[in-house]
Amino acid sequence: MNTATAVSTAGAPAPAAHTATGLLIVGASQSGVQLAISLRALGYTEHITLLGDEDHRPYQRPALSKEFLQDKIGSESLIFRSNDYWDEHNVTLVKGERIQDIDSNPDGSGVAVGSSGTRYPYTRLALAVGARPRRFEAEGSDLHGVVYLRNADDALHLKDLAPNATDVVVIGGGFIGLEAASSLQAMGKRVTVLEYGPRLVGRAVGEDTSGYFLRKHRERGLDIHLEARVRKIHGADGQVSAVELETGEVIDAQIVLVGIGVIPNTELGEKLGLDIENGIVVDHAALASDGHTLVVGDVANMPNPVPSAPEGERIRLESVNNAVEHAKVAAYALMGQREAYAGIPWFWSNQADMKLQIAGLSLGFDSTVKREVPEKGKFTVLYYRDGRIIAADCVNAPLDFMAVKQALAAGKNIDPQASADPAVQLKTLIA
Amino acid sequence: MATVNFTDFEGNARSVEANTGDSVMETAVRNGVEGIVGECGGSLSCATCHVFVADSDLESLEPMSEMEDEMLYGTAVDREENSRLSCQIKLCEGQTLNVTTPETQV
Repeated sequence: MNTATAVSTAGAPAPAAHTATGLLIVGASQSGVQLAISLRALGYTEHITLLGDEDHRPYQRPALSKEFLQDKIGSESLIFRSNDYWDEHNVTLVKGERIQDIDSNPDGSGVAVGSSGTRYPYTRLALAVGARPRRFEAEGSDLHGVVYLRNADDALHLKDLAPNATDVVVIGGGFIGLEAASSLQAMGKRVTVLEYGPRLVGRAVGEDTSGYFLRKHRERGLDIHLEARVRKIHGADGQVSAVELETGEVIDAQIVLVGIGVIPNTELGEKLGLDIENGIVVDHAALASDGHTLVVGDVANMPNPVPSAPEGERIRLESVNNAVEHAKVAAYALMGQREAYAGIPWFWSNQADMKLQIAGLSLGFDSTVKREVPEKGKFTVLYYRDGRIIAADCVNAPLDFMAVKQALAAGKNIDPQASADPAVQLKTLIA
Repeated sequence: MATVNFTDFEGNARSVEANTGDSVMETAVRNGVEGIVGECGGSLSCATCHVFVADSDLESLEPMSEMEDEMLYGTAVDREENSRLSCQIKLCEGQTLNVTTPETQV
């Protein structure tokens, strides 16, 4: 929901009118916040402005589809840092402001203009503008009750609707869809998941893991349709009432939650004339094609950071871990230091009683090894390329996850023959 | 309210007032206590909020879950008898807790 918001500031005092901030960070997101924090840790002394278009203090998003949706934690738990922290660290927060236009100079300085009309002169610019949910286009997709889940207002809106709904249809069987479906199920809703593709979470995990989640969620009573085709969304009085499939099946729904991926917010990058391709293109130091603008997080198309990745391979990662690590890379770059992307990309997704942790990127794997301890709900798939481990999907198996993460970080292998025995700790096989 | 006394690996101490019901990790991160990262926001996924709890305070804590126990094997600095993940320690009204942070979390 994009509700109208008023611009407000918090934290350190804003610079006087027409005085440039040292660094203007557009996007008070996980990566934007981390960039500010990392710069202060590295000794950056200029004033920082952290500007976001939401009417909230910078907050964490992962819990929105899980603990926050289920009322297990309150909004205060989502806040990254206290106002005192920002004040003490000379960071001005600007809330409820959307940058409409930017005039940049060849030296990387410029002036950003907000939708409120306020001008934000800066010496250096960083874009941490993220991505927005892909819209679902079908007859009825504008009905009240067809919702998305990306930011806090989305989650608050969904929480408002939930008490009056008994049936929910989730369009999209990816992480967001399945996390929200699990939460809504735990809240007592009858939930149906419609996935367009042949398997769940097809973009992020391999077939074995998809199959495992399908089986487990069905056992828990989630109604999951694969290769589902929506014909239209039915409504009454402007309010969603059902979803009709191309098979003719009609599924009742007072809420339709859409989670079918995101589109990187490249508009400001385009205004600046930056190279754009599946996001804003950046180099190893998180610098855009103008050589000045720092671009971090979900919106950045960057060189694959995994040391063993093929030369020239590029990737855009949507994860907390990437938002944090990429921001650190950018902070070092701004301080004139070259620091390689640290660590191995990792991801997590909690769905009902399943805690999925993914270490590494399985892109390009040629074989897999499965480990399972069914009575403990543990399930791991190890991914290999040319006999070397490159990634793992681990469900309720943190020891496996940790071992693979450590092996990858150290550039070591885990023998694919020995690793098939779930009784053997992977940590002992790192070599 | 509750109080958490954080001591870093070099012995520097900092006392932070905490809200009852908040975790030690949240308290640290929100107030910028260095030495605790909490990358996953407290969902027991990252093992970057490792602390060593003062022996005298250990008994006052709820026992750890199997998941926390397993995650503790993956911390950057090796676990010890008094290791906990601070996202799993919820503070009670009037509680004072003393913890030491490891040299690194990642």
